[in-house]
Amino acid sequence: MTTAANRLPREFRSAQLRDAGVEFDVDKVRSDFPILRQKVRGRALVYLDNAATSQKPQVVIDAIGRYYERDNANIHRGVHFLSEHATEEYEGARKKVQSFLNAADASEIIFVRGATEAINLVAQTYGRTNVRAGDEVLITAMEHHSNIVPWQILCEEKGARLRVAPISDSGELQLEDFANLLGPRTKIVAVTHVSNALGTITPVQRIIEMAHRGNVPVLVDGAQAVPHLKVDVQALDCDFYVFSGHKVYGPTGIGVLYGKSALLDAMPPYQGGGDMISSVTFEKTIYNKLPYKFEAGTPHVAGAIGLGAAIEYVNGLGMDNIAAHEHELLAYATETVSAIPGIRLIGTAKEKTGVLSFLLDSIHPHDIGTILDQEGIAIRTGHHCAQPVMQRFGIAATARASFALYNTREEVDALAEGIQKVREVFA
Amino acid sequence: MPDLRELYQEVILEHSKAPRNYRALATANHRAEGYNPLCGDHFTVYLDLEGDSIRDVSFQGSGCAISKASASLMTQSVKGKTRAEAARLFDQFHKLVTGQAPANGNRAELGKLAVFSGVSQFPVRVKCATLAWHTLHASLEGKQGTVSTE
Repeated sequence: MTTAANRLPREFRSAQLRDAGVEFDVDKVRSDFPILRQKVRGRALVYLDNAATSQKPQVVIDAIGRYYERDNANIHRGVHFLSEHATEEYEGARKKVQSFLNAADASEIIFVRGATEAINLVAQTYGRTNVRAGDEVLITAMEHHSNIVPWQILCEEKGARLRVAPISDSGELQLEDFANLLGPRTKIVAVTHVSNALGTITPVQRIIEMAHRGNVPVLVDGAQAVPHLKVDVQALDCDFYVFSGHKVYGPTGIGVLYGKSALLDAMPPYQGGGDMISSVTFEKTIYNKLPYKFEAGTPHVAGAIGLGAAIEYVNGLGMDNIAAHEHELLAYATETVSAIPGIRLIGTAKEKTGVLSFLLDSIHPHDIGTILDQEGIAIRTGHHCAQPVMQRFGIAATARASFALYNTREEVDALAEGIQKVREVFA
Repeated sequence: MPDLRELYQEVILEHSKAPRNYRALATANHRAEGYNPLCGDHFTVYLDLEGDSIRDVSFQGSGCAISKASASLMTQSVKGKTRAEAARLFDQFHKLVTGQAPANGNRAELGKLAVFSGVSQFPVRVKCATLAWHTLHASLEGKQGTVSTE
């Protein structure tokens, strides 16, 4: 089969990686992920649903296993050997996250269940304290439901208003409209770093600068960014940054809220319970210091340790190398897939991560997904928990292929062949 | 291994491209909406009920090939039937697509609906095949609100 791949000169394909002066051995990377070795429906698994969740390298799986086999104990309270060791491992993971995000202090890293919980935490603590009737919360039209609904709940409770900055036909934030919506009533800005449905990288740096001119704090939803981009919360000067471990090769059930310590210190606790207190009487409870004030109850110790291992794994490969590999893959996939007759890409921003959302003629994405699945190709179909994005483009759903560091050009070719098969079935 | 040709049979593809009774029904005295929030499929079923029998039935909406073809074939199958007959047909159809019907059982009553037998090999698509039927059921019962297959 002739694909766009064959037409591209080989020198062009690897130019970017050469320019970056790196060798990224994707075959070796793939061998780190045991799940990729399996066959699905008699075919080699082609996993292109990474924006939903990423697969886990052996080092992450081993770190979790090792914790339960060797180190399991409750943390922060035991005098015994295991508890001390588990606490060290857990706090070590926090330090890994701190340096991953380049936070000023480890106490600014709060472990939560995921990006969703982190946003809810900020809405329910910072939001409930600072947002009043008539105030506004500003988001964008490309947010995931998890960065919409927590603010709607807050606005409803407080009689505040949710404002939404529009996006263009290519799926880029319209900065001028954003600037116009930012006003004296704006109490917080919550914006995604990368759109899960479109792959758009938003200009968070400029958004933060604009918001800070009016002293408005900014929460950045980094769930789709941290697996693909280098993030430096101090350089960004964001006030809150959230992400989920499972999208960056770590386990499910663990995520991170980064917050500037001055803001976190002033916020009331989110949940009450053990570990978040320094003293309790029936008359008065004194809350613990950061980050423990926000970590009530026994946390997901194994999850945090697994996330730490995932971060080490990513660091070992180098985020620049990962980004270069994925960028090249996206360019190749965009060219290959858009060459197929009847394809319409949704989300064609200039700055994108490896997300390819598409429609094929009038064939429903679910039918595309079922047929690709028969070829062992896993993609996501539907509204991607971003219904307002679908409404913006006047569609009900898309088919979405999303790439990770272990995906290959051969897998893109398999996707293209699968799409051809869909066309044949519906011919 | 499930067979794609079993799922996307010619009749199904044809009905999905050119659905029958695809219109709003001016004489409708019952209607109901069906919505599948996970995939966004959305249908309205219109019914013209005369006493106990379905004088006319139609639908409109958007969805995948399976859900659209199912709605189309459903309108053809239940037209002229009584409520009880339509309910019995739904029951048999449901057994068919969920793999509870005996493989060599008598499918004569199902007629053309038998083309959906392949759905049983694709469990996540059962809700697509049954959305219109659940909506019809709600319409017959005169239920308010939107039906969901979730």
